[in-house]
Order: sequence, then structure tokens, then C-alpha cells
Amino acid sequence: MSHTEVVDSKTAWAGDNNSPFGAGYGKLMMWFFLMSDALSFTGFLAAYGFYRHDYSAIWPTAENVFTHFPFVHSHQPLLYVALMTFILIMSSVTMVLAVEAGQRMDKGAVIKWMFWTIIGGLIFVGSQAWEWMHFIHGTELGAMELGIGTVEINGVIEQTQGIIGRWADDSKQVLMLPWRETLGDVTSPYITLEGDALKAALANAHEIHGANLTHNEYGHPLFADFFFFITGFHGTHVFSGVVLNFIIFVNVIMGTYEKRGHYEMVEKVGLYWHFVDLVWVFVFTFFYLV
Amino acid sequence: MEHSNEPYKYAAHHSEEEGKKTRRMIWNMFWVLLAITSVEVGLGLTWKELAIAWSWVKMTFIILTLAKAYFIVAYYMHLKHERTGLQNTIIIPYVLLALYLIYMVVTEATYTHYMEYLF
Repeated sequence: MSHTEVVDSKTAWAGDNNSPFGAGYGKLMMWFFLMSDALSFTGFLAAYGFYRHDYSAIWPTAENVFTHFPFVHSHQPLLYVALMTFILIMSSVTMVLAVEAGQRMDKGAVIKWMFWTIIGGLIFVGSQAWEWMHFIHGTELGAMELGIGTVEINGVIEQTQGIIGRWADDSKQVLMLPWRETLGDVTSPYITLEGDALKAALANAHEIHGANLTHNEYGHPLFADFFFFITGFHGTHVFSGVVLNFIIFVNVIMGTYEKRGHYEMVEKVGLYWHFVDLVWVFVFTFFYLV
Repeated sequence: MEHSNEPYKYAAHHSEEEGKKTRRMIWNMFWVLLAITSVEVGLGLTWKELAIAWSWVKMTFIILTLAKAYFIVAYYMHLKHERTGLQNTIIIPYVLLALYLIYMVVTEATYTHYMEYLF
């Protein structure tokens, strides 16, 4: 070794078989990738925060939008998304248990915990699809998108074009506008239209059900746009995480890492999987809670 | 290319004994994360009845979320036990650029409101 430089693509970058920070090449690159990916999500959430703040008077609250729970017909705000969060945290636990088993070279335990991680990931993606379905289909009652006109809100004349009003109940006699009686206070009752004022407002309104990129039964269309974009981008990450986990899972079963002498590959996909959980922690807070 | 016969030295290995300790840490962290999430959901469902000011509720959510993020990154992603150089390489660029993004949002939001006020 005295005069020839020994370079092994598996172990070193260059030089003395030393890797910076004492971490393998793949693991370091995974960390750098995750850092840049985290910045993408920060950008999305910052943009969401900007528009949420800009339209804070008429922005829908998530607890009025996501109220469904499988097999239950009553109004259950937040519960389903709380369950999804729990499932994703749980799959993060099984993933870190798989990494721990790999460091003891316990192949059986790695297989077991990776299996449960993949199952958890699939349940989460399925739950997201279910929630999208409900969001896109909307409610039977629907909502009214108002046409050109004005309405006086707390002494200020507001344009009504494009404003979404929701019915107070099935009788369709009272329309709730997105504004509150006390500005900025979300516990204050909604400003409502009824009688002749309602008839006048509905003259050039049309009924909408569910949400897409241009119309949103639950409120401002940008809410739907950000919902599709951010949860969609996160869902894509969960899906690709499941695919990566599955590939590594097959390799573990075939004994690839047993032969290699270490399970660092499980650690690398583990980092990616924890990152997916980490992003969801923020999406959950900023989309569903705040 | 010549290949060295040196075994790969960067993969972490540990004994049965250390494994037990690690597993205990993993489950402790699980209970912490579960508790924080339960508090968040509970607060989200009840803050109106409890008549807590929204700004306090919002701040509580953000602090709890950052705490959760810290626990996931430090313990599950193991960053707490990596070398200081690696920790800094990941955290410093992220925090700087994230703060820049937040700065942009805040100043632009102020500007937008000012323009709405003027016109």
C-alpha cells in the first residue's frame, strides 16, 4: 500500500479510506438529500402560511372540512387525521426497531419490523386516498358560490363574487358567509343571510359540491389547491418510501446484507422513512390544527 | 480499480446488551411522541370550550410540533449521536434557509396588507 492509492468505491471517497464525519457515503448523501427536501416542504408550508394569513377572514377551518370517519356517520372532526398520524408514528417506531435489529445482525427481526413498517405505510397512503375522495366528492348539501354583488360586513362593503356561503342546515333558509361577527375571532358566530337579502344574493349564485383546483365547497379555492399540493407531495413521498422499503425488504429476505456483513442499507431507508414522518408532523400542525 | 480488503467500518454494530438499551429508548420516545400528539388533538378539540385565546393555542401547537421534530431527528434519525460536524452540516444550512423563507413570508404579508389598506 505504500505507493499505490487504494480506492474502493464501497468504502471511501478518496485518500486514506476515510469518510467525512465517520459516516458512510450513502448515509451522508441521504442526509444531504433530506435537508434539501425539507427545504422544499418548508417553502410549501411558508407559501401556505402566506395565503392563509392573507385570506384569514374567509379561510376555512380544517375541523369543518375533514369530519368523516370510516363506518361512522356522525360529525368527527380531527379524529381520522389523528388516527393517520398515530399510524405513521407507529410505522416510524417499527422502522427504527428494524434498524436496531440490523445492528445486531438479527435477520429475522429486521424482516418482521420492516414488514410492519410497509403495512403501516400502505394503510397511511390508503387513508390519504380515502380522505381525498371525501374532499373531492364533498357533502350532499353542497354550498353556494355567490356571483357579482356586495354585502356589508361589520360596516365594510365586501365584494361577494366567488365567496362561498354554506347552509346553516338542510332547510336551506339561512346561508352562513365565511366572515365572523367579531373580526378575527374564530369563536364568534358567522354572519348570515336570510329572507330577501338571501334571495338577492342567490340571484346569480351557483351550487357547488366538493372541491377541485378551481372550486371548493368548503371555502377559498386556494385551500383546496394547497391541500392537494402539499398532502399530495407528502403522499408521493410516503408511496416512494413504501417502494424503497419493499426493495430493501426483499434484499433482506434474500440475505444480501447478511452476506455484506452489515445492514446499513436499512438505516438509509430508515432515515428517509423518519423524514416522511417528520414532514407529516408539520403538515398535521399547519394544515389541520392551526 | 484495485479493491481494498479492509472491512467496511462505517456501519454501526452493537451487542445484545446495547440493543436492549436502544429498544428501551425507542419505546420511551414512542410514548413521548404519542403523548405530545394526544395533547395536540385534545387541545384542538377543546380549546373553544376551555376559552383559551387562539394566539396561545397556536403558539402551543408550534412549540409542541418543534419538540416532536427534535425528538424524531435526534433519536429516531440518530443525529444526536452523529459527529458534531455532521450535525452542523445538516442543521445550520437548514435553519438559515428556513429562517430566510419565514422572513420573506412575514415581510411580504406585511406589504400585502399595507397595499390592501392603501387601495
